[in-house]
Amino acid sequence: MIQSFGWQSVQFLFHGLVWTVGLSLCTFVGGGIFGLVFAVSRALGPKWLRTLVAAYIQLVQATPLLIVVFLAYYGLSFLGFYFPPLAAAAISLTIYATAFLADIWRGCIEAIPRTQWEAADALALGRVQRLRYVILPQAFQIALGPTVGFMVQIVKNTSVTALIGFVELTRAGQLLNNMTFQPFHVFLTVAAMYFVVCYPLSWWSEKLKERKHAGTAH
Amino acid sequence: MAYEMNFAPVLARTPELINGTIDTVILSSQSIGIGLTIGLAAALLRVDGPKWGAVASATYVEAFRNTPLLVQLFLLFFGLPYMGIRLTANEAAIFAISLNLGAYSAEIFRAGLLAIPKTQVEAGLALGLSRLQVMRYVVIIPALRIIYPSLTGQLTLTLLGTSIASAISATELTLAGAKIESQTFRSLETFLVLAAIYITMTFAFRLLYWLIGLWLFRRRIPKTGTAAATLTLPREVKS
Repeated sequence: MIQSFGWQSVQFLFHGLVWTVGLSLCTFVGGGIFGLVFAVSRALGPKWLRTLVAAYIQLVQATPLLIVVFLAYYGLSFLGFYFPPLAAAAISLTIYATAFLADIWRGCIEAIPRTQWEAADALALGRVQRLRYVILPQAFQIALGPTVGFMVQIVKNTSVTALIGFVELTRAGQLLNNMTFQPFHVFLTVAAMYFVVCYPLSWWSEKLKERKHAGTAH
Repeated sequence: MAYEMNFAPVLARTPELINGTIDTVILSSQSIGIGLTIGLAAALLRVDGPKWGAVASATYVEAFRNTPLLVQLFLLFFGLPYMGIRLTANEAAIFAISLNLGAYSAEIFRAGLLAIPKTQVEAGLALGLSRLQVMRYVVIIPALRIIYPSLTGQLTLTLLGTSIASAISATELTLAGAKIESQTFRSLETFLVLAAIYITMTFAFRLLYWLIGLWLFRRRIPKTGTAAATLTLPREVKS
């Protein structure tokens, strides 16, 4: 059935957008939890753990996200697990986000000067207390800008899951294009919807980075 | 159900994998060449250009940084014929990836341009360096040195991003892999092999960037002009 691009189409795309945002949030929560564990292990763990986490980060960062998505969707089903597109999408995006967030946050933890550790030590704080009350709050301040910046990448990269048939915004656009044959209207609207979600995040991230620089200058 | 890995059917298609790898390297190199040129132009327009130029450059950068590459590919490949411009899949891929890299590298170049204070240029001129030498030794190379890590990081992301071009069936490694997967049904093995190739390629490119960095940022001594005379004097005295 051929229909023409109109209000109904925009509503259809909007449903896709809801899934895009949902998947982005899942990815951010999953990637955030594992990313924090990995970042702390990478920065402060024993040597073997650091090496292991560093290897994970290097390998994931050197593999295209699309291949990770394909591995989770096509690959793992052969091992006897079947993942529906939503699960495969969430798992692969979490693997990807974990590697990048762990790397960003490791840098932020390592950016806290040694003297802060020593000062906390001198105040007789335990190992966990030092991390909880002195190091992580300061690292958090540095990390906020880049983390929000990475959220933009997560939202944009959920589009890759369209290629395993998960119906988020981009896939909705493809489906709509097959119904309307008006690719220019459809994909321009899709792009505009991504922009509406991503631009405020980018703007906020820039503001946070500026404030950080303003704070550190003298 | 126990699954036995069998790489033989995938490895039997080695020639296709090699061709795909070569296609990916070509696609990446072309996109990097064009993308960096666009990025530099957009950065110069934003920093030194007229008001409308700065606005145009900022609009371009924000539009491309806040939408997914996949949508940009679809828009250029399926959408442009609507405006009477018909591109092949490979052309659309180069075009989209270049514009995408252009937007990201424009921001990086801009940071580099802003990182060199005007006083450095004045100091260089005061030391008797020619304008060209100031451009080369005081502005371009130090600025490049500051942005080099983020620039090469972006180039790595561009290399990995070319895999998305398979969605519009541009010839590259992921498309070659997808074809092998659909004919052999060895999905896990195929994508593991692809991952291994991409990882090798990424590390090879990173090694290349590191070597270029060593060459680019080696210690330089001007060979002509007043500055050269001053800088080479101690050597002559020693010998």
